[in-house]
Amino acid sequence: MQELFNIFVKSIFVDNMVFAYFLGMCSYLAVSKTVQTSVGLGIAVIFVLGITVPVDYMLNEYILKAGALSWLDAGFADVDLSFLSFILFIAIIASMVQLVEMIIEKFSPSLYSSLGIFLPLIAVNCAILGGSLFMQEREYQSVAQATSFGLGSGIGWFLAIVGIAAIREKIRYSNVPAPLRGLGITFIITGLMGIAFMSFLGIKL
Amino acid sequence: MSEVKQEKEPLFSAKNRKLLTNPLNLNNPITVQVLGICSALAVTAKMKPAFVMALSVIVVTAAANLIVSLLRNGIPPRIRIIVQLVVVATLVILVDQVLKAFVYDVSKQLSVFVGLIITNCIIMGRLEAFAMSNKPWPSVLDGIGNGLGYGIILMAVAFMRELFGSGTIWGLHVIPKSFYEMGYQNNGFMILPPMALILVGIIIWIQRSRNPQLVEE
Repeated sequence: MQELFNIFVKSIFVDNMVFAYFLGMCSYLAVSKTVQTSVGLGIAVIFVLGITVPVDYMLNEYILKAGALSWLDAGFADVDLSFLSFILFIAIIASMVQLVEMIIEKFSPSLYSSLGIFLPLIAVNCAILGGSLFMQEREYQSVAQATSFGLGSGIGWFLAIVGIAAIREKIRYSNVPAPLRGLGITFIITGLMGIAFMSFLGIKL
Repeated sequence: MSEVKQEKEPLFSAKNRKLLTNPLNLNNPITVQVLGICSALAVTAKMKPAFVMALSVIVVTAAANLIVSLLRNGIPPRIRIIVQLVVVATLVILVDQVLKAFVYDVSKQLSVFVGLIITNCIIMGRLEAFAMSNKPWPSVLDGIGNGLGYGIILMAVAFMRELFGSGTIWGLHVIPKSFYEMGYQNNGFMILPPMALILVGIIIWIQRSRNPQLVEE
């Protein structure tokens, strides 16, 4: 339990997707003009990361890893399919996004209408594929650990995009030098937020 | 069909040259189209990984643009994203295996960011905006041009970060020993991720003050 909590907190603050690895920057910059839309996209990312990371974990553990196929037959013990992981992960992500979209549409039309436009966008969000690739690289021990990593990363991304959206709403009234307006100042503010988030680096978990 | 038409137009006509040079400055994928920032910043602490990354992206954009442009009339519009992802993912697997075979240490440093070329918005963006509606040869040029535009920003950021952060260029020490004896110190801050964002912000600032038509609002 302790271990799960550590992974959770670490992936929100210390290894924040946006500030430590710059993942999902494209939609982070494009959709952060107002707080309302960024909350919608942020929740959709938490949702999708929380589902795809554990699914990709099981895929990696039971099919792709070196020797992972030995549960089928002892003869498969030296088969290593890890070179297929990119294409399979992206296929899982694209189909999961489709599935999540259909489920939400069926059971909660109001949530669907608020998330609707963002869900298809998420399939090509680097943060989602990044989550699965980091999960593979860091070799988590169980599905539970992978899930808490996925949820934590999603919440970290949510915090980042809502934070920048709030700042951008305020900065509209400031006197920013003309060439810096829009994109330039957003980059610099993200850099400063990243420096602030680095203060979490000292936490030993 | 397209073969015949291409012969009328020289391979490097003014229009085609524009496809290659526009993304370098006025239509730069990173600073103007805001695409592909995800992977652009994490690999720029040193020049060598940045160069390998830029080269991989150029290869993948050019090849993906070519393949998708050849297939463009056969792809049903409803499933085009999946088809594009499969093409790109296959190319990225090839690039990843080549890197692992020939420059293993760099591929270890790039870690997950080679895989993330798949979701690099430059590639999907160019496929959607250009390759789906243009002939193969202009698409290849557009891919190379955008890859180069991405590479230029990557190399500029990596140059600054490596020079000021570790006092080296391409792994060679360029700041003389006597400077360090006089009290000069490497700015460790440049190595940290947030500085990459601030440097790109400054590059955008410089570019937009030289080209006022790019200024927003």
